[in-house]
Amino acid sequence: MTQASAPVFDEMHSDGATRAPYALIDAWLQALPPEHVALKRREAEEWFRRIGITFAVYSEGGDPERLIPFDLIPRVLAQSEWQRLQRGLEQRVRALNAFIHDVYHDREILRAGRVPQQLVLGNPQFRPEMAGFELPRRVYTHIAGIDLVRTGPDQYYVLEDNCRTPSGVSYMLENREVMLRLFPELFRRASVAPVAHYPDELLETLRSVAPVHCRGEPTVVLLSPGIHNSAYYEHAFLADEMGIELVEGADLIVRDDICYMRTTGGLERVDVVYRRIDDDYIDPLAFRENSLLGVPGLYFAYRAGNVNLANAIGAGIADDKAVYIHVPEMVRFYLGEEPLLANVPTFDCRKPDDLKYVLEHLHELVVKEVHGSGGYGMLVGPHASSAERAAFAAQLRARPHEYIAQPTLALSTVPTFVENGIAPRHVDLRPFVLTGECTRIVPGGLTRVALREGSLVVNSSQGGGTKDTWVLENDKGLD
Amino acid sequence: MLARTASNLYWLARDLERADYTARLLLSAAHLSAVRADGDRDSEWRAALAASGSSLENADSTRVVRYLAFDSSNASSIVSCLENARRNARAVRTALTVDMWDAVNGTWLELRSFDPAKMDEDRLSAFLDWVKARTGLFHGAYASTLLRTDGFRFTRLGQFLERADNSARLLAERVSASLSTSDAQNIDDQAALAVLRVVGARRAYRVFYKGRVAPRAVAELLMLRPEFPRSLVYCFEQITQQLAEIRDQDPRQSAECKRLAHLMYAQLRFGRIDDVLDAHPTARLRDLIARIGEISAQVARGYCF
Repeated sequence: MTQASAPVFDEMHSDGATRAPYALIDAWLQALPPEHVALKRREAEEWFRRIGITFAVYSEGGDPERLIPFDLIPRVLAQSEWQRLQRGLEQRVRALNAFIHDVYHDREILRAGRVPQQLVLGNPQFRPEMAGFELPRRVYTHIAGIDLVRTGPDQYYVLEDNCRTPSGVSYMLENREVMLRLFPELFRRASVAPVAHYPDELLETLRSVAPVHCRGEPTVVLLSPGIHNSAYYEHAFLADEMGIELVEGADLIVRDDICYMRTTGGLERVDVVYRRIDDDYIDPLAFRENSLLGVPGLYFAYRAGNVNLANAIGAGIADDKAVYIHVPEMVRFYLGEEPLLANVPTFDCRKPDDLKYVLEHLHELVVKEVHGSGGYGMLVGPHASSAERAAFAAQLRARPHEYIAQPTLALSTVPTFVENGIAPRHVDLRPFVLTGECTRIVPGGLTRVALREGSLVVNSSQGGGTKDTWVLENDKGLD
Repeated sequence: MLARTASNLYWLARDLERADYTARLLLSAAHLSAVRADGDRDSEWRAALAASGSSLENADSTRVVRYLAFDSSNASSIVSCLENARRNARAVRTALTVDMWDAVNGTWLELRSFDPAKMDEDRLSAFLDWVKARTGLFHGAYASTLLRTDGFRFTRLGQFLERADNSARLLAERVSASLSTSDAQNIDDQAALAVLRVVGARRAYRVFYKGRVAPRAVAELLMLRPEFPRSLVYCFEQITQQLAEIRDQDPRQSAECKRLAHLMYAQLRFGRIDDVLDAHPTARLRDLIARIGEISAQVARGYCF
C-alpha cells in the first residue's frame, strides 16, 4: 500500500523521461505559445456556457449554474493499458450484477458466509420488495460508473462502484467535442479512439432490456427530477442524443399497472425508463410517500413486467462502501476467476481491530461515510487539522458501522494548466460500463482532476475539474 | 408530444413576444416624451405602463423603466420574460433546435452585461434595441430550423396569442377614447401616431391610408388588415391554422378552444371596423382582451398544460 509520502507517479513524465503515450502531447505543449493557451481556455469556457453545460452545487451562494473547470491537457492511456482495464471492468460489473441478483434470490453468497448477512439484509440500500423478482436478462446495474485510481505504471485500484445513477458521461462527451473544436490538428496527428457513439450504445442497451410484456419496438424514456437537479444538463443531453423523450414524474402515469406518458394526443405506453431518480423517490406509493418527483404506481407496473427500470430498484446494495470490501470475493464466488482490478485496501470500522487501527492512524487515512457520496462527509486525514480529526474520531467511536477507512493513495498526476504555467495534479478515472444483451464500454471515461495543489479530492462539488480522456488506437502515441 | 413540452414551448414563445412588445413600448415612450410639445414628459411613460397592462404608483420615467424593463418581481418585465424563456427552454432542451437554444441561452448570458443601475437614455435605447434584435433572432431561428410538427405549432400558437393580446391592449389603452370622435382632423392624432410607432407601422399605414393619421384607421390596421402581421385578424389566422394542424387523438378535448378561436377569426375576417367597434369602442376592446384570455385558458385546458 502506498502512502501519501511515497513518490507520486506522473503519467506523462516518469523517471526523467516522457512516457510513450504522452509523446505527442509533450511535443504539442512545448510548441504551444502561452498567449494561445489563454485564448483557447476562454474559448472552451464560452463554448461550455453557450451549450449550457453547467453543474449546480447545492447549498452554496453565488452563481447557481457553475461550470466545472475544464483542463485543456488530455489524459492519455495507451491501448494496452486500456485493454487491461476493460477486461477488469467487464469482470467486475458481471460479478456485481450476479451479486445483486443473488441477494434478491437464493442468497448463496450469504449462506456461504462470504459476505456478512447483516451487512446486506440490514442495509438501507437493500430493498426487500425486490426479492424473488426476475428481471430481464438478470441485469440490475445497466449503467455502472467504476471509479479507478492509479498509483504506478501498472497499479490501478477501484475506489468505488457506482451502481445506481452514475453521472458525468455528458462531460466525457462534451470534453471530447470541445477538444475537437479547439485543437483539430492534434487529432489529425494522434489516433484517438472515438467516444461519440456512447448514446447509441446506451440506447441499444436500454432497448435490449425491454420488459416481458413489451410487444414490438420498446419505447424508452429518460426520467429526470427536473431542471433543479445538478445533473439536469446531462439528462437533457442524453435524451436528445438518443432521440427519446425527457420526462419528469408528472409526465408519467400508471393505469392498471401499465406506464404511460401524457402527450398532447393522449396517453402513450412506455416500456423502458432510464431513470435518474433515486429508489427512495421513484414511487410514492411503494417508497417515500411524500416524494413529488416520482410516479405513483411505477413500482407495481415494474413488478407486473409491464415496464423496466434502468438501473433496477435495489441495485444500490452493490455500491455501499462497506459492501465494496467484498467485491473481489464476489468475483471469485460467482465467476470462479481472480479479480483483474484490485480494491483499495479498506478498513471496516465495524470490526474492533480495524477501528482501533483507524483511530490510531487517522492522520494518514481517508475515512468515508458508508452511505455518503460526492465527497461529502469524508475526512482526508493528512490534510485535516488536529481539531477536525478529533471531531471525526468522536463520530467514529459513536457510529463505527457507518464508516470505512482507506490509506491515502498517492494518486497519479497528469500535467494541468494552473495559475502560473503547467503543474502536475492528481486525477481519477470513471469509465462507464453498459450491460444489456452484452457488455459495452466506450474507450476511456471521465477523468476528474483535483485542481488545488496536493489535493486528492476530485469531486466537482469540491473544486475538481475534468479533462478529455484519450485511449490511443495504437501504442506509439504518434502516427 | 409531451403535454409539458408543448406548454413550455408555448410559454417560451409568449415570453419572448412579450419582451419584444415591452421593448417597443419603452422605445416609443422614450422617443415621444422627448418630442412632446406640452412638456408633460411622464405621460408617455404612464401610457406605456397602461398599454403593458400594468399600473404603478407615482409613475415617472425612472420608475416605469425600472418596473417594465428590469424589475424581476414583475413577472412580465423584460428581464423576467427573458429569464422565464431561458427556464422554459432549458426544460425542453430536447425539443429545441440548436439555433433556438443559442438564441435563448445567448440572450440570457448577454443579459448580465447590462447594468440596470447605469441606464441613462443612450444605454436604455441600446438595451431595448438589443432586446428587439434578440427576440427577432429567436423568431427567425425557429421559423427557419424547427420541424413543422406539433412543437412548431405550439410555439407559433404562443407567439400569436401573445401578439393578439398585445395589439388589443395597445389599442384599448391608447386610442379607444378618441375612437368615438370624428376622423376629420387636420393634424395627426398623437396617440394614434404613438401606436404606429410601437408596432413599427408608420409606413404600413401609408400603404393603406391617405391623409393625417387617424385613430379609426389605425384601429382598422391593427384589427382587420390581413396584410399586417400584428393585426388581430392576422394573429387569429395563424392561431386557427395552428390549432387545426395540431395532431389530436381526442378532438373533444380541444374542441372549445378551437370553437372560440374560429369564432373570433370569423368576426375579424368578415367584420367592418364600424361593426366591430360599434358605439362603444372601449367596451368592445376590453371585451376582445377578455376573449383572448379565455382562448388562452381553453388552450391550456385542451392540451393538458
